Amino acid sequence: MTSPLDQKKIKIAGPVVVTANRVEDGAVVYRSPDGGWTTELGGAAIVIDAGSARTLAEAAAGDDLHAIGPYIAPVKLLPGGNVRPGNLRELIRRGGPTIELPAPLES
Amino acid sequence: MPLVENGQIVQDRYHYVGNEEPIPERVPVIVPAQRFLANADALIRRDGSLGVLWPNDRRIAELAPWLGHLALVALQFPKFRDGRAYSQARLLRETYAFRGTLRATGDVLRDQFHFLIRAGFDSFEVKKPADASAFVQAASRYSVVYQPTADGRVPALRRRVQANQSESADASDAAEG
Amino acid sequence: MYIYDAFDRRLLAERVVDFRDQVSRRLSGELSEEEFKPLRLMNGVYLQLHAYMLRIAIPYGTLSTLQLRKLAEIARKYDRGYGHFTTRQNIQFHWIKLAELPDAMAELAGVGMHGMQTSGNNVRNITTDQWAGVATDEIEDPRVWAELIRQHVTLHPEFSFMPRKFKIAVGASDRDRAALRIHDMALRLHRNAAGETGFEVMVGGGLGRTPYLAQTIKPFLPKRDVLSYVEAVLRTYNQFGRRDNIWKARIKILVHDLGAEAFAREVEAEWQSIKDGALVLEAAIVTDIAGRFRYPDYKKLDDSPAELAAARRNDRVFGVWLSNCVTNHKVPGYAIVTLSLKPEGGTPGDCTAAQMDKLADLADRYSFGEVRVGHEQNLALPHVAQRDLPALWRELDAIGLARTNVNLISDIISCPGLDYCSLANARSIPIAQEITRRFHDLDLQRNLGRLHINISGCINACGHHHVGHIGILGVEKNGEEFYQITLGGKADENATLGALIGPAVPYAQVADVVEDIAAAYLDLRAKPDELFIDTVKRVGVEPFRERVYAAR
Repeated sequence: MTSPLDQKKIKIAGPVVVTANRVEDGAVVYRSPDGGWTTELGGAAIVIDAGSARTLAEAAAGDDLHAIGPYIAPVKLLPGGNVRPGNLRELIRRGGPTIELPAPLES
Repeated sequence: MPLVENGQIVQDRYHYVGNEEPIPERVPVIVPAQRFLANADALIRRDGSLGVLWPNDRRIAELAPWLGHLALVALQFPKFRDGRAYSQARLLRETYAFRGTLRATGDVLRDQFHFLIRAGFDSFEVKKPADASAFVQAASRYSVVYQPTADGRVPALRRRVQANQSESADASDAAEG
Repeated sequence: MYIYDAFDRRLLAERVVDFRDQVSRRLSGELSEEEFKPLRLMNGVYLQLHAYMLRIAIPYGTLSTLQLRKLAEIARKYDRGYGHFTTRQNIQFHWIKLAELPDAMAELAGVGMHGMQTSGNNVRNITTDQWAGVATDEIEDPRVWAELIRQHVTLHPEFSFMPRKFKIAVGASDRDRAALRIHDMALRLHRNAAGETGFEVMVGGGLGRTPYLAQTIKPFLPKRDVLSYVEAVLRTYNQFGRRDNIWKARIKILVHDLGAEAFAREVEAEWQSIKDGALVLEAAIVTDIAGRFRYPDYKKLDDSPAELAAARRNDRVFGVWLSNCVTNHKVPGYAIVTLSLKPEGGTPGDCTAAQMDKLADLADRYSFGEVRVGHEQNLALPHVAQRDLPALWRELDAIGLARTNVNLISDIISCPGLDYCSLANARSIPIAQEITRRFHDLDLQRNLGRLHINISGCINACGHHHVGHIGILGVEKNGEEFYQITLGGKADENATLGALIGPAVPYAQVADVVEDIAAAYLDLRAKPDELFIDTVKRVGVEPFRERVYAAR
């Protein structure tokens, strides 16, 4: 949860993805294998070594037309192929605030 | 890097001179600060317009004694976020009454033109050609200003008071009529 | 409140045009994010965890009902039906889309609102206390001066790219309700020995990684000189503040490194060269701005009208509300009503669009169309006739804005934390929610008395935890959320930074720890009306530390 926004040294301790926020609405997105962005973690490119992570992150950083603030984030791979966010910050980014939002929209 | 002056892209008459190379005769030159200070007496007697490139982390007061001999002062924005040269510009124009050319160099972008002009710059080494073409439009974005600077624009605080006064002058004229 | 005139509105309109163009150039790729980021920050547009966040300035915490209704509309149309009032008297919307921002800003500009300079390395929203203009102990309305300074620093050509942000607060009473000394610069109106009114100028306050309290560099500044002196301070900071390290870039570091006296001399030298120039505040200018502050057409009413006494007699709950939420007003027959935005289990400072609309109706009927926002993240109705209090109370109760926990333990100040904020290390809101559940009993709260809890989700300290009676700071340890607890902080005229009581405690234990601290206070206090903060001062943190860490 320490803000990963200034990652200088890339240390990989397990599978990671590159995540960012979409330019037009700030939605959480993940770098996909085809060089695009997806809102689905399941569609993200997953890498397991620092070199690949750096390559993925640099390509993402060069694409600020679509997404901003890319960084490397941990994921957990579950048996059966499901991918989960690897820490609380990424859980919150994917799932939204852990608290109930104050208002039903129609009030 | 296009040079913009008087709202247009112009040729730079000035030659930048480094720290070692000989200074050409009878052409306008811009000399780095250190070199200028080390040779000020000789340089101000040289035939040809003289400009100084001043770093943004040195006090303008150091340059002040020489301003009467300088045709140009170039100030620096290493990154556009580094706004020290705005203070330097205002000191030059407003405290030291520098009347020569004040040039903005470095990371000079369109969205700073309004501020740069108000601070007193009148010569701009613009980073992007597209910004240079849009100079006039970008520079005239704001018709209302809140602060007095050397550009002479009347700040809103004073315009209101002037408006009040002319209203009451009109009113008293009407009353007498 | 200040009425925007044609000049102000034109500037806002031009700002919207400017920003619309910048957004369009960003979306087309003509502007990179690196180039766009400071521009969007200058308009209060942040990127957070889930979305962009728009921070809208509420200058000196004063809102008209027209503006409040517009905020409700923005919440419904562009966001998720609610807004969040902050510790700097601003409001934030957490789900804004970039492409829709120019439209949202155009709508706000129509009611004289904007996000200019609520972010970025410039001068931010100028705050006062939410009782400005109506408090009984002010010597004059500080908002006039806040407005003069606000205009002066808006789109200031010299100070839009400073080393870091710059926060100014203005006060006009001996009791400091605006947390002056945690600001980069604070201006306190007071009378000198000769009876003249002028400013005490303090600089170098700020919380965060290296918290400092502001120091006085000019004990008495005549009013006519306030703009030129502010200019001299900003110019000194702009030139000499550090730019090499974001954690050392605030003016508090410069003041600390140079020493307050050397800093004051530097400012004085600059000020001497500009003090009699174009920034002199002539009487005509001050009168003009002061004249644009509209004050209500108060009726001639008596204090303590019969209706009030009767209602108090007949309804115990009304009496409780009266003593907790209602404050004396400088005009006889009137009162200031504080509205707690701290419901049990709720998010401190959040307000739904529906509540905003209903509050706007109440403010129109009971408060001359005006609402205030406090840095404690509560609201206030500043002009309520005392005889209307019983009726108002019933209506507030119906919309959940009559909770009698103001200044009590569940009146928590909290930043949004890791649930929203990309800078955070830990969550803050659920911590606040759990504490409010543990202390839901209002009798217990009243027994504990005035007790300020401040929660920050990271070292940036937007929750002002350093100056909380109990301060809670979220940190991360090995991927888990932990919380450092401080005691004894104060944000008032006796501003103090809190002291750490021991090692950080895990998320699940924070509410327990707060219960232990409250229990310890009840045991340790010399008498029932010794305030928590005074007990801490008297006995120190050691007895609290023992209690908290005995079983941990």
